[in-house]
Amino acid sequence: MRILNSTIAISLAAVLGVNSAQAAGLPQLDPSTFSSQLIWLAITFITLYVLMAKVALPKIGDVLEERQRKIDDNLAKAEELKSQADAASVAYEKSLSEARAKAHDAIREVKDEALAEAHKRQSAQNAQLQAKISESEQAISKARDEALAGIKDVATDVATSAVEKLIGEAPKDGSVASAIEAALKDRA
Amino acid sequence: MANPIAQFEIKPLVPLEFGGIDASLTNSGAFMVLTVVSITAFLVMGMRSRALVPGRWQSLAELSYEFVAGLLRDNVGSAGRTYFPFVFSIFMFILFANVLGLLPYSFTVTSHIIVTFAMAMAVFIMITVVAIARHGFKFISYFVPSGVPMAVLPLMVPIEIISYLSRPVSLSVRLFANMMAGHTMMKVFAGFIVPLGFFGVLPLGIDVLMVGFEFLVAFLQAYVFTVLTCLYLHDAIHLH
Repeated sequence: MRILNSTIAISLAAVLGVNSAQAAGLPQLDPSTFSSQLIWLAITFITLYVLMAKVALPKIGDVLEERQRKIDDNLAKAEELKSQADAASVAYEKSLSEARAKAHDAIREVKDEALAEAHKRQSAQNAQLQAKISESEQAISKARDEALAGIKDVATDVATSAVEKLIGEAPKDGSVASAIEAALKDRA
Repeated sequence: MANPIAQFEIKPLVPLEFGGIDASLTNSGAFMVLTVVSITAFLVMGMRSRALVPGRWQSLAELSYEFVAGLLRDNVGSAGRTYFPFVFSIFMFILFANVLGLLPYSFTVTSHIIVTFAMAMAVFIMITVVAIARHGFKFISYFVPSGVPMAVLPLMVPIEIISYLSRPVSLSVRLFANMMAGHTMMKVFAGFIVPLGFFGVLPLGIDVLMVGFEFLVAFLQAYVFTVLTCLYLHDAIHLH
């Protein structure tokens, strides 16, 4: 700033030096030029004012206003679209939860049905199996009885032939059978 | 060395006379016309396309509009809207006159005290008329600062009146002196370039810096003149 000031001072000194040397004075201080400058200033400035007020400024103002209106319009439109989107999202959310609940219900129904069916089938199967088991048990006991009866015959035959071999003569039919009967009774 | 103040000389181009008063079109008048034509061309051509998304030129035109409108709104408030065309014309006229004056071999309209003084007087008369039209006789109260003891009033009122009356002087002298000093200084340094031979690069460098500085001053002085006009308008409308 100080440098600037000193340069201004130097230049002013130069101006003044030239000035005094020429003794002409500053052109700015020559009153003979005032009237023409003032008249032309008035003409041009009034023209400029009229041009600005009537032509240029309304033009720019219109454009700015139009842009502002467009921006406001677009913002309002965006707002509306956003609310529409929100509503759609809410509806979607609702239908989604409804569908989920419905699916849940359907799954439970099917599960219950399947469970009941399984129970039913299981009990039927159980009954069938029970019947088969008892049938088989009967068959087994019958077979055992038959086998036991067979054993007595076989034992009688074996004992008869053994006695025959040992003593050289056949025992009486009744004696061997009664002896085995007795032995079996003792075992049992 | 070239005379550094020769650039301020008024040269008649078309001699005219109205009722014994010299109304010649001079170089000054021609540059005033050029200023008005440039401003109108700049704004009207810039807004020609009326684009929703502005191009570079349209942005500049809109920027100048919004700049002055913002100044007026911040300093005066909504009551200042009526005076927007006037304030805008003042700003653009001074700005374009200053910038056109920076072109080589051109003439700086605002480097003449009579021009800046006439503009300052136009502002001064306008704000006084506005103040009287809005407040009538109450306008006198503007010169009586509130909250000042009675004893100091005989001193304060003349000071207030003098400061009010000196507004056109300070407005006009500030603009005129800035323009004249800058242009004179550039010319002085320019005159040193050739005689100094090789060392002429120094004043040349200074002049390069000066050109940038003068563009700043050209804008700044237009801005200052406009801001002060806005502040005076505020005073006229709101009386402090």
